[in-house]
Amino acid sequence: MCPMTPLDPIHAAAHEATAHVATAPQTVTEESVRQVAALANLDLTPAELPSMLRDLNAILGYIAELDELDTASVEPMAQVSELVAGLSAGSTADTPLRQDVLVPSLDRAAVLRSAPETDGVFFKLPRVMER
Amino acid sequence: MTNATADLSARPLAQLRDEVVSGTTKAAELTSGYLERIAARNPEINAYLSVATESAQAEAEAVDAAAKRGDPLGPLAGVPLGIKDVIAVESMTATAGSRILEGYIPPYTATAVRRLKAAGAVLLGKLNCDEFAMGSSNENSAYGVVRNPVALDRVPGGSSGGSAAAVAAGMAAGTLGTDTGGSIRQPASFCGVVGVLPTYGRVSRYGLIAFASSLDRIGPLAHTVEDAAVLLKVIAGHDPLDATSSELPVPDYVAESRKPVDGLRVGVPAEYFGEGLDPEVRSAVEKAVDALRQQGAMVQPVSLPHTRYAVPTYYVLATAEASSNLERFDGVRYGYRAPGANTLGAMYRQSRECGFGAEVKRRILLGTYVLSAGYYDAYYRKGQKVRRLLAEDFQRAFTQVDVLVTPTAPTPAFRIGEKTDDPVSMYLADIYTVTANLAGICGVSLPCGVSSEGLPIGAQILGPHFGETTVFRAARAVEQSLR
Repeated sequence: MCPMTPLDPIHAAAHEATAHVATAPQTVTEESVRQVAALANLDLTPAELPSMLRDLNAILGYIAELDELDTASVEPMAQVSELVAGLSAGSTADTPLRQDVLVPSLDRAAVLRSAPETDGVFFKLPRVMER
Repeated sequence: MTNATADLSARPLAQLRDEVVSGTTKAAELTSGYLERIAARNPEINAYLSVATESAQAEAEAVDAAAKRGDPLGPLAGVPLGIKDVIAVESMTATAGSRILEGYIPPYTATAVRRLKAAGAVLLGKLNCDEFAMGSSNENSAYGVVRNPVALDRVPGGSSGGSAAAVAAGMAAGTLGTDTGGSIRQPASFCGVVGVLPTYGRVSRYGLIAFASSLDRIGPLAHTVEDAAVLLKVIAGHDPLDATSSELPVPDYVAESRKPVDGLRVGVPAEYFGEGLDPEVRSAVEKAVDALRQQGAMVQPVSLPHTRYAVPTYYVLATAEASSNLERFDGVRYGYRAPGANTLGAMYRQSRECGFGAEVKRRILLGTYVLSAGYYDAYYRKGQKVRRLLAEDFQRAFTQVDVLVTPTAPTPAFRIGEKTDDPVSMYLADIYTVTANLAGICGVSLPCGVSSEGLPIGAQILGPHFGETTVFRAARAVEQSLR
């Protein structure tokens, strides 16, 4: 299906080898892997599904160790700026904002050169409507 | 080999620069020497994905011309460096080790690289890595594995495997890598070089192809602590193009690193020396601790009680951020577009299916799953809460000690193919490194011994936010005593 180079031999071998390994307790089902793949805009091949299912269950089984911790009274931390910001010289705000002024941006022609398809002004796409 | 490159790794980077400025070494000869070394060694090691022969020679000749005129020259004048392929350099490809970015040439240059060039550095090319920096062995690159220069049947570590291998094999005087969960320190450890994780916000991330934005850092790899300190000094500092970059002034890391460690408080966390640690690694790291003690440091045990939860926390948060960041690879603005898809949705799905490798898909699926309705609280929010507990562990420890000394990785470099069939076992290669990323603190890995099989062993020295000066001081003291 992919017109590109297939998986390198190391990975191909690994996938074959793991197809027979006993699976960890099931957290995710094949159907939910399909749903998540659709959310992530990934078209998994029939060959990829079993190994992804096995790996996700193994990883989620490991992640379940976090349930041992009582975190009811702990505030979530999305990023470390709250710890680091206080150390910044002359910056007291938690989220310092830059001045709202115009600055030169990337050259349009240079940006469009990287695109798969353009008309010189816009990126070109296949039809948006499915039918 | 020319005289200029007779012993590429033995001369400090600052000395190379001074020789170029004084004219005793020609930058052009130095660069040619490195290019010859790359031509000789890269075919078996596969550290470089692209070599910028012409622009490197032109840059080196420009430095020589400036030196001859007596123009003021920067702190890296004529010093040949390599850049990990997840970092944008205008006019060089940036594949991120992925098929989806094959042939992509970014229209701009990362701030860290712009600073290297402004300091006079010569850019030799772009370095192999795990796809989108996701991996601990460099076996996830779409462009083939990198081999460890010390033992060719071993992995160089990952994800900055090319950056570590290039330094170890004398194919660059120094390199830039990136570290989201250990990706500079662990390969530095496996290849026997020095690697630095700067504090979050110390080095601008502008121009870094994002993996997990709250964890990603750019940092240097080099032969010695002092070389790494020279490189960090150049790339560090505030950048208006990265809103998370710090305005704190950048210290003179080299001068600071030369101060004595007499009276330095060194913590040894018991949780980093438990089950799963290779006895030879333990013994080598204990020698590094002894070296600090003999130079007057005060060594004491400390506890980081939540350590065992770091890897699962990391794989929730890093994959969640990755699933979001990697949505941008959709076949529209850059990179691979699947041919023949006749609707937008099909084009997205087919381009991503064909463009991404197995580990990247695995992490996108996991990240999408932990963020999805019904699982967000159980996984993502839980992970964010444990992240705070892990950060608080370090905050408490750094009220008692100035630095922590630990192993960088539980074992020396493993064999190519040894862990590719078991993601959890591969993830455990990062067990001692991921926590520093979650907490935003800084650290360094430096060589502290060699295993009975001749493989390098790395010690990790961790410091608090913006504690790079103290970390370099301790690292240099260990380096000097083990030399």
